[in-house]
This record gives sequence, C-alpha cells and structure tokens, in this order.
Amino acid sequence: MTIIILEIQIILTPLVSPLCAGVINKIKARLQNRKGASIFQPYRDLWKLLHKDEIISRDASWIFRIAPFIVFSITLLIGASIPLFTSFLTNTLTGDMLLIVYALAIGTFFLALGGLDIGSAFGGFGSSREMTLSALAEGGFIFSLLTIALINGTTNIFAIANADIFLHGKYLFPTLLAFGGFLVVLLAETARFPYDNPATHLELTMIHEAMILEYSGKKLALMEWASFNKLFIFLALWVNLFFPIGLAYTPGVITISMGIIIFMIKIFLGVLLIALLESSMAKFRFFRLPDLLLISFILNAIAIGLIR
Amino acid sequence: MLEIITSPISFFILLSLFFVGAIGSLLLRKDDDSANIWSNFFAIAGSLWGLLFSVATIISEHTAAFLVNGSPFPLLSFSFNIDLLSAFFIFIISLIALFCSIYAVGYVRHYYQKYNIGALGFFYNFFILGILLVLTASNGIFFLIGWEIMSVASFFMVIYDRDDQENVKAGFLYLVMTYIGTAFIVVAFLLLYKFIGSFDFVPIKSGVALLPIGAKNIIFLAALIGFGVKAGIIPLHIWLPAAHPAAPSHISALMSGVMIKTGIFMMMRLFLDILQPIPIWWGIVVLIIGIISSLLGVLYALTEHDIKRLLAYHSIENIGIILLGLGSALIFSSLSMPALAFLSLVAALFHTLNHAIFKSLLFLGAGSVINQMHTRNMEEYGGLIKYMPQTAFFFLIGSMAISALPPFNGFFSEWLTFQSLFQGIAILDSSMRWLFILAVGALAFTGGLALACFVKAFGSIFLARPRSTEVTHAKESPRSMLIGMGALAMLSFLFGIFSSQTVSLLEKIGRSFDVLQKIPETILVSNSQGLMIENSFSSVSGLTFLLSLVGALIVVAIIIDLIINRSQKIKIGATWDCGTDLNPRMEITSTGFARSIVVIFKGILKPSIQHTIDYSDSESRYLPRTRTVSLGVGDVYKSYFYQPILTMITSLSMRVKNIQSGNTNIYVLYILIALLVSLFSIL
Repeated sequence: MTIIILEIQIILTPLVSPLCAGVINKIKARLQNRKGASIFQPYRDLWKLLHKDEIISRDASWIFRIAPFIVFSITLLIGASIPLFTSFLTNTLTGDMLLIVYALAIGTFFLALGGLDIGSAFGGFGSSREMTLSALAEGGFIFSLLTIALINGTTNIFAIANADIFLHGKYLFPTLLAFGGFLVVLLAETARFPYDNPATHLELTMIHEAMILEYSGKKLALMEWASFNKLFIFLALWVNLFFPIGLAYTPGVITISMGIIIFMIKIFLGVLLIALLESSMAKFRFFRLPDLLLISFILNAIAIGLIR
Repeated sequence: MLEIITSPISFFILLSLFFVGAIGSLLLRKDDDSANIWSNFFAIAGSLWGLLFSVATIISEHTAAFLVNGSPFPLLSFSFNIDLLSAFFIFIISLIALFCSIYAVGYVRHYYQKYNIGALGFFYNFFILGILLVLTASNGIFFLIGWEIMSVASFFMVIYDRDDQENVKAGFLYLVMTYIGTAFIVVAFLLLYKFIGSFDFVPIKSGVALLPIGAKNIIFLAALIGFGVKAGIIPLHIWLPAAHPAAPSHISALMSGVMIKTGIFMMMRLFLDILQPIPIWWGIVVLIIGIISSLLGVLYALTEHDIKRLLAYHSIENIGIILLGLGSALIFSSLSMPALAFLSLVAALFHTLNHAIFKSLLFLGAGSVINQMHTRNMEEYGGLIKYMPQTAFFFLIGSMAISALPPFNGFFSEWLTFQSLFQGIAILDSSMRWLFILAVGALAFTGGLALACFVKAFGSIFLARPRSTEVTHAKESPRSMLIGMGALAMLSFLFGIFSSQTVSLLEKIGRSFDVLQKIPETILVSNSQGLMIENSFSSVSGLTFLLSLVGALIVVAIIIDLIINRSQKIKIGATWDCGTDLNPRMEITSTGFARSIVVIFKGILKPSIQHTIDYSDSESRYLPRTRTVSLGVGDVYKSYFYQPILTMITSLSMRVKNIQSGNTNIYVLYILIALLVSLFSIL
C-alpha cells in the first residue's frame, strides 16, 4: 500500500500539472468569449514537442544542453517531497521548507544560465529580469512559509500539513496574511500576471518566455513541463500548507482517493483564481513589481509579528 | 601517536617548515624556478603537517598550553595556547593554504622574469606563519607581533604587482586601515592591562570580574572596530575591495578565505570566551552589523564588473552571515540560553569553514581566467567555457556553493544560520524578536541577491559569445592550477554531502567554550542521515537530496532520450538574430544584467549616469561624433563617513598649527611654561 501511495506521490505532479495550465487557458478563453482549446491541449503540445528534432545554437555550451534536464528533475524531486494528498507520510530528509526554497533556486539558476548561454539579447534580458524578480521574491517566500512554520513549531512541511492550524483560532489572522503574501510570491515565481505574460512573445514584456526562446524539441518540452510543474508545486504548497483540510490522515483506498479528489478540488479553486486574476488585470510595469513583492514581504513580516 | 602529533614540538616543526620555506625562498631568489618550487614545497609540507596537527588535536581533544622562555621583556611572554578553537582555525588555514600552494606552483610562473619570485615566496610563507601565531598566541603583545607579521607580509603581497599604480594605492589604503585597526586593538589590550595587570590571556580571563562595566564596554567597542577592520565589516570595509583584487590570485584566496577570518576568530575568543559574561547589547550590535554587512555586501557585489572586486564584496557579505550566527550566539548566551547559543555558534563556525573553501575556489578560478585574459573586467570576457572547460566547471561549483544551492556546503551552513535565527524568533520577546525577524529577512534577501549575482558572474565570464578577441586565445590552465581548484571544488561538494559528520566535529569545538559546556541536552542532532534541530523542529539531508536528484536526472534522461525520442536529429544552427548579424555587443553585459536591481535599490546604491557627447561641430551640436555614457555607483561611505572624519582631523590640525608661529621667543616661553608646570606638579 505504502509503495503505491509513494508512487502516486511521485508521479502526480508531472501527470496533473499540464492539466492545470490547460484549465487556466480554457477559463481565460471562455472569459474572453472564445471557445478555447481543449483542457488537454498542453499534453498534446508536450507529446508533439518531445518527438520533434531540435536546433541548437552553435554558441551554446553544455550548460544549455543540461539545463532542461536539471530544471525538470528538480521539479520532479520537489513535487515528490511536498505534501500533496496525504499527511501521514513523513519526510524528514528532503521535506524541509528551506530545502524546497533553495532547491527551486537551483532550477531558476540553470534556467537563467540557459537563457544567457546562447548569447541572444532576448535570453540575456529574460535572465536578468527573472533573477531580479526571484531575488526580491525570496524574502516573501521564506517569510510566508516561516509564518506557518512558527505556528506549527516545525519547518518540516509534512509536519506542517499534518498539524491542524484551525484548532488554534488565534492564528487565523496571521495565517490569512501569510496566505495573501504567498499568493503574491506564487504569481511572481510562476511567471504569471501581473509579473509576466505567459502568452506573449514580445521582447518588451516577456521574462520566462525570453529565457527559453532558443529551446526547441524535447528540451523545450522539458522546460515547458517544468514550468507547469512549478505552477503545480506552488499551488499545492499554497492550498496544503495554509489550508490543510481534506488530506488523507490514514492509508486506505477510500481515504486516499478522497484525499486526491479534495486536493484536486482545492487546486482547481486556485487555478480558477489565477485565471480570474489574469482576465481582470493588466501586467504591471517592471519597476512597479518590486513594490508588490515588498508588500508581500511586509505582510508576512507582520504575520510573523502577530504570532504569539 | 596522537600525543606526539599534538605535542608542542610538533607545533614548532609546523612553524619552522614555513620559516625554512620563507628563508630558503629568499636565498634562492636568483633563480625563479627553484625559488617557486622551494617556497611552495615547504608551504605544502607545512600545510599538510598543519592538517595532521589540527585534526589530531580536534579528535583527541588534546589542548596544549606552553611557554617558551627567553623573552627579553617582562610583559612579553612567548606563550602559546592551542585549544580546539585554535585547532579548528589552523585546520582552515592549512586546508586553504595547501591548495593555494599547489595552485601557486603553476600560477606564479607568469611572474617569472618580471618580479622577484623569491620575495613572493618569502612573504607568502611568513604570511601563513603570522596567521598561525595569531591563532595560537596567548599573550597580548605576542599576539600583536603575529598580527603585524601577517599584516605586513600581506601588504607586501598586495603591492607585489607594483607596475600598476592602482595596486600601490590599494596597498597603501590597506596599510592605513590595518594600522587604524591595530591601534584600536592596542587600546583594548592596554585597557585590559590597566585593570587586570597582565597581557596574558589566561590571567585576563580569570580576572575579568575586576573589570568595571564601563571599561568593559570600551574594550568591546575597541576590539569590535579593531578586529572588524580586518574582518571587513561595513563601514570599515573600504580596504577590502581595493586590496583583494590587487594581490596575486592565490594570495587573494588566502586573504579572503582565511585572513579576514582571524578577525572573526578573535571576536569569538574575546566575546564568547575571555570577556564572558557579557551584556546583551554586545550581541545586538554584532547582529546588526551582520545584517548590514550581508545585505550591503551583496548589493555592492552586484554593481561590480571587476571580477575580483565582485568576489571581495561577497566576502563582506559572507562575513555578515557569519556575524549573524555569532551575534545570535552572543545574544543567546547573555540570555543564558546556552543550547541555542551553541546552535548559532556551530552555524557560524560551519559557515566560516565553508566560506573559506568556496571563496578561495572562486578566487583561484578568477585568477586562472585573469591569467589568460590579462584583464579583470568581466565585460571583456564571454564564452570562456569553450576555451577553459575545467575552470568553468569548478567556477560553476563555487558559484552554486556560495549561492547556497543544495547539495553544496554553503547551503548547509546557511540552513543552520537560518534555523538558529528561527529559534530566536520562536523564543524571544518583542523588540528582540523583531531584530531576529529582520535578520532572517536580511539573510533571505542576501541569498536571492547572491544567486542573481552569480548568474551574472558565471554568465558574463563563461557563457555566450566572446566579447573580445583575447578570449579566443585563451587556453586551459596548467595542471597544478586545475588540481588546486578541483580539490577545493571536491571539498565544497563533500562538506555538503557529509555536513552532518562535519557538524558533529564542530559540536566538539562549540562544547570547548566554557559558557557552553553545561548544555543540558543537545539541540543539534547530526546522524549519518542528516542534520536535525531540536526534536525534529527541522531536519535536512544532503545525501538523500543528491541521490534523489541524480536518480531523477537519470530516469528523465533515459525516458526522454532512449524511449520517447530515439531517432531524433539535432541540427546546429545560429541563434535567432531577427534578420541582422548578431555580434557580441548585442549580448547583455554584466552591468546591464544587474542594472534593474541597481535601479530598484537606488536609494542605497545611489547610481549615477554621466553622458559625455563629443560633437563634430561644437557650434551646431547636431552631429555627435562619439557618445560616452558612464554608469557608476555613489560611494556613500566616502562622502558620509570618511570625508567628515577627514575634514574634522584636518581642521583640528589647522588649529593645532597655530601654536607653531616660527618665533623663537614664543618657543622659549613654551619651554618656561612647561618647566613651571612640571615643577609645580612635582612639588
């Protein structure tokens, strides 16, 4: 039984993450009065890209070639190391919140190096913008996780998901603040509105797309898939750490399937929120983004200050 | 066996190896090659001996305190005290010196026929000897002798490349700052002597209760400034980004990796050992300095395009991180929470070791690149990964380690520092709590900005197309340099994977402090799997992380390459160029890369833009011939800290000058007054 659960835990992230992107696109299309592509379109895109031949720039070095593998594997590793649908699993080895934060930074590091490696102006600016945002998002990211870590008395995220923070009503307000703070970081880290426009290829606006502009074929597929995974990971952290409701507390076919269903519903709500946000607001000017990230940092700092 | 290795005689053999290396190198100065081999051979032998000595001391916990007779002055005694803290720092210096010396064998060759190799070997060995004396001296005056040997030897190595006027200027700045620091240290020792009556550390420690609290505070401030200058805390850091780039690269590695840590060493020794118990505000001051140094250090690093200055600013940042650990250790020990103080101290010690390793690795990598490129300006690099693949790989590992990416060593010490600060937030009250929140924020932002900085550094040095023709002539470094870098890269990896084993040794050193000896139960658990803090508050394992990452990589590669996409063809083409010919000037520059961060932090960094336009017809001003834009960063310290001090000193001197009029009669009057005053005071 445990082995099956572990396997579901490991493959769930890469399996479901393209669906999230598909659902977001579908909702956005419906809100724009378009019919939109099927929610399974990202799977078809990945499948198609995986079978294509590639063109690699002659300026590229081995960094460019291994970056997609590292970026993708990191998201697999993190996807398996965080609580998804169960809370009875324990992970004292790779389940630390700081390890998650800095492991995600490995992905960002290689993504940015891959963008620089081909020597195009787009890639360089994309990397520069990405690193600026991720450097500034780091404070809010660590602080929002720290808020719930301090409430629960552990920085192990499985243990956090296992504890029921709603038993302590007095922590409701700091949790809500950190919840909001985390949303700001989530949008920044996953290249969503108002930080980045995932649909554009205009050099003035793009961040994430600019870095992966030179990738093609299976490497592009891996990069795209990794960014779906990253979105999924952030959503899972968001819904499971701040609202650890409905996680399976005991192993068993019924509880596990209930856990997965409830988890999916929570993820869907998160996806819906992102889609609504993207349909209702414009992208911010680049130099206004630090203010937003600073707000997240301050919200979280206040949240930490309120815990007592 | 361990008894013999840890005996005083063994220690004197260690010192004499470096001494022989120094003198022999000077004698052989006529022949460049033999001077180089001789000095580095003895430095390598000495470092190996030092490794053996320090490891044996730490394992056997066999501390040695001994006195060498024959001091010509009553107050100076050649007394040594090698406890576990000294042994730990001897371990660091030996480790770094070993690989720097191996590297130097190949690196020094490019100075042949140009400068005196014998002199370099002489100062190099004496520099290490000086550091060893600093770490082991147990008498204030004897300590200062070692301190001076270290400072003067490093000064001569900073100005070694003396054809460049900039280097001589940097050396002078270094000398001035060093002596300002030494002056404060002397004040601290003299005050201790005044109230306790001895320069020896042992009587000082037992008599510390005699100190009035006011004097104690002054001693703290003097020592903080004195040792802070050496450690490079902001705002006393100005010599560091000037002097470290000027020295030959293996010297920069030693200065940045080890020499600045002697300041940290003495802070630990004085504040956590000799002067205990201490008031709480000392720890607060140290913590605040840590916050400022770490954040500003990394911000200034981002603005640099001189590779060695960039690394030098990162040293300031990392000293800040070490001080975050040390500061919280001081605060916890004043609040009598020894278990938490212990955790913070171990974090600080671990980061000291890790920073020494990856920073010297990065400096050696930078040295190899500069050696080929003949410039320190990163804007003229680019694409070097194709010409110097191994150097690039080692530099990548160093960059990942300093950016605290797992599973390299930098991550684990920053993790421990984070955890000790978290404990502070969880336990302390009100204003102290906010201080710790601020410290966590500083550390978090520092981590993010350091990552950005090293993407910039690695990207603009090694990636994309060459930005100058010099790059295409670059060749991979000679073997000895590669061995030096490769070994340090390996260590950076091993200390990450085996962080728990390392920490269990560091715990021993932490326990050797008197204040930390009575810890009821240990807060830090390190087993073969990983590190764990206080009843599973948190835990982490480098080995598991590495294995799962490698496993995931292999699985992904197999599935993608061998199953899904077996018959795929890869075409080599040009980068998408929008229809124009791409040239290197279209790539992002390192200045451009960091520009958005500089603009965001413009309140602190004060960026400046200067346009100079040269018109072909200065009357009409329509046709510019050349346009120059210079981007700069304002030097806040010069304008708000050093300039006012300078103005004050100058105006004071102008006033004092008035008593010197040149008139003989006045001078006779002065003599008369002086005579009368002294007569009255005697009577």
